[in-house]
Amino acid sequence: MITADMTSMPVPGALARFQDAFARALLAPDAAPAAEVASLAAQPGFSVYRNTVMKGCIDALHANYPAVVRLVGDEWFRAAAAIHVRAALPAEPTLLRYGAAFAGFLARFGPAAELPYLADVARLDRYWIEAHTARDDDVLEPAGVAGLTPDRLAAAVLRPHAAARWAWFAAAPVYTIWSRNRSDEAPADSPDWQPEGALLVRPREVVQWLAIDAAGCAFLDACAAGRTLGAAAQTALAAQNDVDLARMMSTLLAAGAFSAIIFHPGTAEEQP
Amino acid sequence: MTTALTAGLGLKPRHYDAALACPADGLWFEVHPENYMVDGGPRLAWLEAIRARHPVALHGVALSLAADALPDTAHLARLNELARRIEPALISEHLAWSTWRGAYHPDLLPFPRTDAALARIADNVSRTQDVLQRRIAIENPSHYLNIDGHAWDEIDFLAEIAQRTGCGLLLDVNNVYVSARNLGFAAEHYLDRFPGESVLEIHLAGHTPDPALGDKLLVDSHDAPVAPAVWALYARLIARIGTRPTLIERDDNLPDFATLLVEREHAASVLRAPLARAA
Repeated sequence: MITADMTSMPVPGALARFQDAFARALLAPDAAPAAEVASLAAQPGFSVYRNTVMKGCIDALHANYPAVVRLVGDEWFRAAAAIHVRAALPAEPTLLRYGAAFAGFLARFGPAAELPYLADVARLDRYWIEAHTARDDDVLEPAGVAGLTPDRLAAAVLRPHAAARWAWFAAAPVYTIWSRNRSDEAPADSPDWQPEGALLVRPREVVQWLAIDAAGCAFLDACAAGRTLGAAAQTALAAQNDVDLARMMSTLLAAGAFSAIIFHPGTAEEQP
Repeated sequence: MTTALTAGLGLKPRHYDAALACPADGLWFEVHPENYMVDGGPRLAWLEAIRARHPVALHGVALSLAADALPDTAHLARLNELARRIEPALISEHLAWSTWRGAYHPDLLPFPRTDAALARIADNVSRTQDVLQRRIAIENPSHYLNIDGHAWDEIDFLAEIAQRTGCGLLLDVNNVYVSARNLGFAAEHYLDRFPGESVLEIHLAGHTPDPALGDKLLVDSHDAPVAPAVWALYARLIARIGTRPTLIERDDNLPDFATLLVEREHAASVLRAPLARAA
């Protein structure tokens, strides 16, 4: 609530007032500029700043969401991106990470309603960026769990790799749509319309991806929550009762989805 | 260390392999640190590999030194972390603002050069140098607007910041040319007055006429070769102040690495001229 005692509030200096007015005029070309920048906004050179700021942000989203660009085309993408940029300028200057809110924007964006899977495709583009820039981490090789007794294995915790990202998409074959649109040789036939899961990993330098099932996603969620392998396996079975647990484990380990196996001998592990 | 640098190139991801393999004598590279402020992954690995072969300079675009605010602590910490990792030959920033009230505007924005702005910027430069534990260089930006309310001429303003903080200056010759054309002053006079003893680095780049206004408004677009008029200004400057590490910036409409090396050799030959005269 604004109190009557305005005189004790710090008055922003002339430079701060200039910057407030300049920043507003950059993003709202149709509004009347504040007095501090009125004479500047009227000069042709002001549009250089407007264009550079908008182009820098839109180019960053364009680079960070390549599968979305491929699905909707350049023109549609840049128009949608411009709307998002005006509402959510980058919060930090590392533009490689810009667009954390873009998938959410697309989910609410009326003109995108025709492509109900578009926001989820954006989410996988975002996961690619997160995997690409994640901290370097160890990879738990399949040999790291070979030869363990079932009891010892069931009590251990698998730690997901720092770059691993996964999601289950119940409504559409989002993995197939996304992965086809990350490559140039997208097949023309439409994918089987079924739920799909996606796993992105970066065991070394290059981001890789594979389709995973509901059990795999549930298993990874449980591992990320610190549940024991035994508990995570129960979760996987609950998600998909016909799952081949040994095969699922070996697929995830071969992909580089885990960084370590942690044993808690003697501690009271939470059991389902 | 910096005296060994001759002519360098802005480094783009597409040119990593060619840059890594290039044996050119005295070659160095410059990157925007913001593009490498990541936790891990191939980008940092590439930069470290380049750094193992060539000197690297960090040229920041986001410290927002001319904002009426302290430099962002987290950003400054990330810059410092990258500097510890890369051990850059030079660190530079701009006489401009970009981050304001938590929002990053990807451009180098202007402001009225007042006493208050000078005090704020000098304080921000000092704080930056305190964190980095080294001298940085501040670059003259390109100008597109006639701003009433400048109490200071740009050269005097930069010289005063250098005087108060001990920082160096980065002189962008293309920015001087573009600004001179847009605001109507003589680029030669500006360059002849610039305090050469403070110049730690020189930038060269290409510009383009504004798509709507043509030659009446030049844009510092970094998407073209260095213009002949800018090469002439550069040679005149080097003849006056002597050799300085010189970087060719190219950010858009990127040619192959060999083409950039030809431009780089042009700058290297200008830098050899004063040495040849002295010999």
